[in-house]
Amino acid sequence: MSRQYLIRRLLIAIPSLLGISIVLFTVLALAPGDPFGELASNPAIPPEVAASLRAKFGLDDPVWIRYMHWLVAMVHGDWGFSFASRINVDTLILQRLPTTLIVIGAAQILAIIVALPVGVLAGTRPYSIFDQVANTLAFIGFSLPTFFTGLLLILIFSVRLDWLPMVYRADLGSTGWTWFVAEIKQSIMPVAVLGLFQGASLVRYVRSAVLDVVRLDYVTTARSKGIGERKVITRHVVRTALIPVVTLVALQMPVVFGGAIVTEQIFRVPGIGSLLISAMLSNDTPVVMAVTFVFACLVVLFNLIADILYGWLDPRIAYR
Amino acid sequence: MTDTLLDIRELKTWFATDDGMVRAVDGVDLKIGRGETVGVVGESGCGKTVTARSVLKLIDMPPGRFEGGQILWQGRDLLPLGAAEMDKIRAREIAIIFQEPMTSLNPVYTVGAQIAEVLREHEKLTRRQAIDRAAEMLSLVNIPNAKARVHDYPHQFSGGMRQRVMIALALSCRPKLLIADEPTTALDVTIQAQILELMQEMKERFGMAIMLITHAMGVVAETCQRVVVMYAGKVVEEAPAVALFGNPRHPYTQGLIRSIPRVDRAAEHKERLEAIQGTVPSLLNPPPGCRFAQRCRFASDVCRQAMPPLKQVGPGHFVRCVL
Repeated sequence: MSRQYLIRRLLIAIPSLLGISIVLFTVLALAPGDPFGELASNPAIPPEVAASLRAKFGLDDPVWIRYMHWLVAMVHGDWGFSFASRINVDTLILQRLPTTLIVIGAAQILAIIVALPVGVLAGTRPYSIFDQVANTLAFIGFSLPTFFTGLLLILIFSVRLDWLPMVYRADLGSTGWTWFVAEIKQSIMPVAVLGLFQGASLVRYVRSAVLDVVRLDYVTTARSKGIGERKVITRHVVRTALIPVVTLVALQMPVVFGGAIVTEQIFRVPGIGSLLISAMLSNDTPVVMAVTFVFACLVVLFNLIADILYGWLDPRIAYR
Repeated sequence: MTDTLLDIRELKTWFATDDGMVRAVDGVDLKIGRGETVGVVGESGCGKTVTARSVLKLIDMPPGRFEGGQILWQGRDLLPLGAAEMDKIRAREIAIIFQEPMTSLNPVYTVGAQIAEVLREHEKLTRRQAIDRAAEMLSLVNIPNAKARVHDYPHQFSGGMRQRVMIALALSCRPKLLIADEPTTALDVTIQAQILELMQEMKERFGMAIMLITHAMGVVAETCQRVVVMYAGKVVEEAPAVALFGNPRHPYTQGLIRSIPRVDRAAEHKERLEAIQGTVPSLLNPPPGCRFAQRCRFASDVCRQAMPPLKQVGPGHFVRCVL
């Protein structure tokens, strides 16, 4: 992994992000709805005021001029202004992003912690009872959409049993230990729903990657070395099986963010997913643009991470 | 043969498939003495590889299963041994190299690390010591610039070089027996000769016994003292190499020897190379008689009724044929 390669990859990311932003901007401009629609219909605001506001924000300019304005502002670090919340978009996103990253991060960690051992055990004992049970559960897991399992969990643990809070709150009144416990309690359901959904498909990937590797010749070589089955599996099977799995996890991140939008909505997690949805509902174009663009950046970033990890895990791949 | 190292008795390794039991190895007897080179020959699917892998218990179970027999290693039966006991024998006492040098090394570790892994396991060396020993082994198998190459990955070596690495790996714990499962089949002819020569050289140096599995009769003639011919999961003939090539008794062995291309004869007589007619019979519920009967031009009713026993026809020369 050379520094040159890294720099070149980062440079290549620039045109792709530009392309993404053009598409996003155009689609948003074509979409119906107007952030000032409310002003126009409000009799208390004189039409001249509404018109000057529109002119001030450049809403009536052609799309490409508006895009250039957006781009120039973006380059200067100005993300725009939220019409609905009346604060800067970057402040708004920075408020929401940590929550999302924590929930998604915890969910991904949960998914990996569950999927890796289960997938490896299932893959090394194909068609055993364990494998069949794991497979069935995994199949159920990724067949059930998060909005269904989420509501189901709320129904069971919040409504019936009243063990866990139904709504995720960013402003827990307490501090210290009580805050920590409350934070854990309110995170359990969103993290579990998202994590197990991810984990279910991951189990299948890990299992098939392991199945591919265990029958390779070098695993027999490893067995002939007399190092014990556990070392054969961890060093020789899992290590190589991880190569495709790591790429998959990284390339699946867009799906994870997509899933997070739904999950955040169900549990009222104040992350950028729910910000996106409320911004869409209130025609808050700058926020929608910014949030989708942040998603795009994250996806590009994870692609880069996937490539770097791939090269690190597989010495046969040389980056030039 | 004075000191028996490995004594396989009536080994039966069968595989459960959807169609029934495949009797890949069906009552094989094989002895290897200390420092002896024994060739095991036969065509694809005759059970040579399964026999070899059975010795180190490298058979996947299921579907594989030991139906019976014994594998005595210096008098001790390996078949009932547990995994931990077996691991003390693997690499340290019996090592194995495989047919495909391109795939038998793990692509994600350096060759040095892969050799060091065995040494650290069995000889409790530190990482540094193990890597140094790995470099020594590499230079022993004539890999140039071994000190530097120990840090290279398998994909940076050619096929022949990788087989050398495999030999270095197999010999790093000084085993008493090296099982070479078609070690030269995947290599081109000049490299084959080099690898065989290297194995011979290593044998002289370490004094280990070699079980050389191959389907190339020429390789056997060059390297082995004793030869075991297998056909459809059974030993059909066993003899000292000289006796086997000079006086082959089983029709299958005769066929194998006639199918060796001979440069000297081909040039003079423009003879057609002889092939054995037919194919290996299915090992699913094989017929009761001699398994070669269908392809044998001397076959009679006696052959089809019962499996002929292995009978002695000369000093150390056994054949499973009624003729």
